[in-house]
Amino acid sequence: MGLVSAAAYETVETDVLVMGAGGAGLRGAIAAAEAGARVLIVCKSLLGKAHTVMAEGGVAAAMHNVAYQDSWEVHFADTMKGGKLINNWHMAELHAKESPERVLELERWGAVFDRTWQGRIHQRPFGAHTYPRLAHIGDRTGLELIRTLQDRVVHTTGVEVHMEVTVFALLKSEGRVGGALAYRRADGSLVLYRFGALLLATGGAGKMYRVTSNSWESTGDGTALAYEAGAQLRDMEMVQFHPTGMVWPVGVRGLLVTEGVRGEGGLLRNKDGQRFMERYDPDRMELSSRDVVARAINSEVEAGRGTPHGGAYLDITHRSPEFIKRKLPSMYEQFLKLAKVDITKQPMEVAPTIHYQMGGVRVDAETAASSVAGLYAAGEVASGLHGGNRLGGNSLSDLLVFGKRAGDAAAASAKKNPKAAAAGIDPAEIEHAIATLMAPLDRPEGENPYRLMAEIQDVMTEHAPIVRDEAGLAAGLEKLDGLRARAEVCGTGGGQSLAFNPGWHTAHDLRSLLVNAEALLRSALVRKESRGAHARSDFPKTDDQLASVNFVVEKTAGGMQVRPEPRPPMPEYLADAVQRSYALYTPEEME
Amino acid sequence: MADSDLDLRIWRGDAKGGELVSYRVPVTEGMVVLDAVLWAQANMASDMAVRWNCKAAKCGSCSAEIQGFPRLMCKTPIADYGDHVTVRPMRAFPLIKDLVTDVSWNYEVNKQIPPFTPSEKDMNTSEPWRMQQKDVDRVMEFRKCIECFLCQDVCHVLRNHDGKSNFYGPRFMVRIAALEMHPKDSLDRRPLLKGNAGLGYCNVTKCCTEVCPEHIKITDNAIIPLKERMDDAYFDPVRALIRRIGGGRKPKAV
Ligand code: SF4
Ligand code: SF4
Ligand code: FES
Repeated sequence: MGLVSAAAYETVETDVLVMGAGGAGLRGAIAAAEAGARVLIVCKSLLGKAHTVMAEGGVAAAMHNVAYQDSWEVHFADTMKGGKLINNWHMAELHAKESPERVLELERWGAVFDRTWQGRIHQRPFGAHTYPRLAHIGDRTGLELIRTLQDRVVHTTGVEVHMEVTVFALLKSEGRVGGALAYRRADGSLVLYRFGALLLATGGAGKMYRVTSNSWESTGDGTALAYEAGAQLRDMEMVQFHPTGMVWPVGVRGLLVTEGVRGEGGLLRNKDGQRFMERYDPDRMELSSRDVVARAINSEVEAGRGTPHGGAYLDITHRSPEFIKRKLPSMYEQFLKLAKVDITKQPMEVAPTIHYQMGGVRVDAETAASSVAGLYAAGEVASGLHGGNRLGGNSLSDLLVFGKRAGDAAAASAKKNPKAAAAGIDPAEIEHAIATLMAPLDRPEGENPYRLMAEIQDVMTEHAPIVRDEAGLAAGLEKLDGLRARAEVCGTGGGQSLAFNPGWHTAHDLRSLLVNAEALLRSALVRKESRGAHARSDFPKTDDQLASVNFVVEKTAGGMQVRPEPRPPMPEYLADAVQRSYALYTPEEME
Repeated sequence: MADSDLDLRIWRGDAKGGELVSYRVPVTEGMVVLDAVLWAQANMASDMAVRWNCKAAKCGSCSAEIQGFPRLMCKTPIADYGDHVTVRPMRAFPLIKDLVTDVSWNYEVNKQIPPFTPSEKDMNTSEPWRMQQKDVDRVMEFRKCIECFLCQDVCHVLRNHDGKSNFYGPRFMVRIAALEMHPKDSLDRRPLLKGNAGLGYCNVTKCCTEVCPEHIKITDNAIIPLKERMDDAYFDPVRALIRRIGGGRKPKAV
């Protein structure tokens, strides 16, 4: 074992360790601290840079400020239908009921939202939400949420933040997680965190794909660590392609174009000028759910009706320039600066881009507890709320509602297990984890991890695209096996230094990506139907039988296992709420 | 589909020293400086330290000095330059490695600013708050800040030896303006501005406004109104008295 001896780590103790400083992590940290726990947040980047800042459109909450008919029941029904009914209905219920309170609370912490003329929080329409429901501030609602929570965290006693620290292994003792090993990015020094409870809020795994709206951080660390620690994952086949990413110029491919454009009236057209959504979802048109719009654009392109750069036109020019600049300021700026397109005069060119992971750690609806004691998960890393497809705006509300619930529960759990932090962790396990982390530094001839990451992205892009099939998925799995073997012996790409060495960091990130990618392919193989974000060309129909099944992923002695798990039926009052609203499937899915 | 090659010169090194290193990067259409830097990292310099997250000018991570000018790498098209471009780390902060600097001072400053504090009455009401769009619009500009710290990098007060112990810098004038002009905030941060925040050190050169990628009019809309407010409170006892008699309401920005 090379450069660092296993003894060379610092030990830090806390009650609740929060991994990730996006919306869910910050909201969870505040809740845990308010419940009396000492809280430590570790994040891979600087505070305030998390992926939550990318959320543009708004936060969904049935406050009925704009449409008085709105209610939690309708929000619940929209969420369930959007998720094609495989959502955890209890999570969807809690989410719909509690999000208004969470939004108002944010306002009391200093967040500023756009207003109605009477001075209430304004709400904008969004894809697959029956009523205008998204509280927003221009098109930078995520930044507002992060900044508000960040300032709250900074001024909450009992919360500390360790920035640019990456956790690389979880440690258990007596079946409970009680330790996490991490390295500091700046100098490669090691820390052992010991805690009573751990809240995972690490976000998604968009880096599995080549064209993504996600940052370097989104390597699915939380999902992978939880899996390795024995926790169950769920719905891993469900990843969301956001229908509108930039396609041109090449340099900005994948960059998000907010759904707010369509919310504010933007129209989708193919190269013949036809509003093609008429053929896919005539009722909701551009404001259909994301899975439907993404597939529609995909189909248009495949049928030869795409734009010159392989996408669709998104046109908002019928709105006044003043309106566009006020409601969509960052989109206006983004296109002008990066594509030299003035969106007040010209249409945008858009195509689907990987955006969000609906699947993730399986959690209890009320407490966000995973199947491993002491381990909690909230936000994108958790699964259940969004089922087969997430509605726009439901992610920010997810962070707030379940971030708080997870923080509360983690604090209570830490309190009940005060000794957990000190309990015995096997030193051999620590040594092994550190050796694995350090190994690439000792392999100057090893393969370049950036190249391996690009190859993983190629495999997923080719084998788990918007529309999948059995042969493709199986071939993808085989290629992943090869990549895994190579990743296990890869180098750092050259640099041997511990000081801020992204090549070395990437070598470790590969391991997280591979777990996420394998879980996706395996789950996609066994869901033999098309539902939500998961479309199969060999099983194009939605199978009603599978509406009551989730696929659960687990680590076993024989490797990764996927098994179907039936979900209990909805109680009558919830089933009624879903029944009362209109058609469940689009004409496309009924065919 | 390389159209041509770019001579990308990146400052490599740490606090002890370093040098500009040249990388030949194939240019593709619409490429931004960050793409070129990351290409060099993936293909030629795996251990090159650089911060980025959103690649969409929304997180403020990728700040650097490009051809000597503080900019976001993800928002700067290569096409704006010729066939060579030089990228250096921000100079106002201690260097960690390559393009990564230690910006922790900014986080410490932020902690010293008293947070948003609504009045007792607002705090205790169970009714959702009402605010007018025009009042929201006024603070919206300041709340756009992505904490890229480019304005801090360019401010000559902070660049000077000791400057950081005198002045919080433009980013935090924006922050204080956002709090002071928040329709529901009830604190008075004028003593802070006059004291530790060191607003008096700013001599309104407007360099900060010029580099702000969010186009926040830092000087005109934040600093100057804050200066007026501070001067009112400290040098015009009569007006301050009138204000106090007039119901103790906090004066709002001009
Ligand atoms: S205007 Fe003031 S804050 Fe801005 S750069 Fe000049 S001195 Fe610094
Ligand atoms: S005010 Fe502008 S330049 Fe300064 S940190 Fe904020 S966004 Fe960056
Ligand atoms: S990477 Fe986020 S601002 Fe450049």
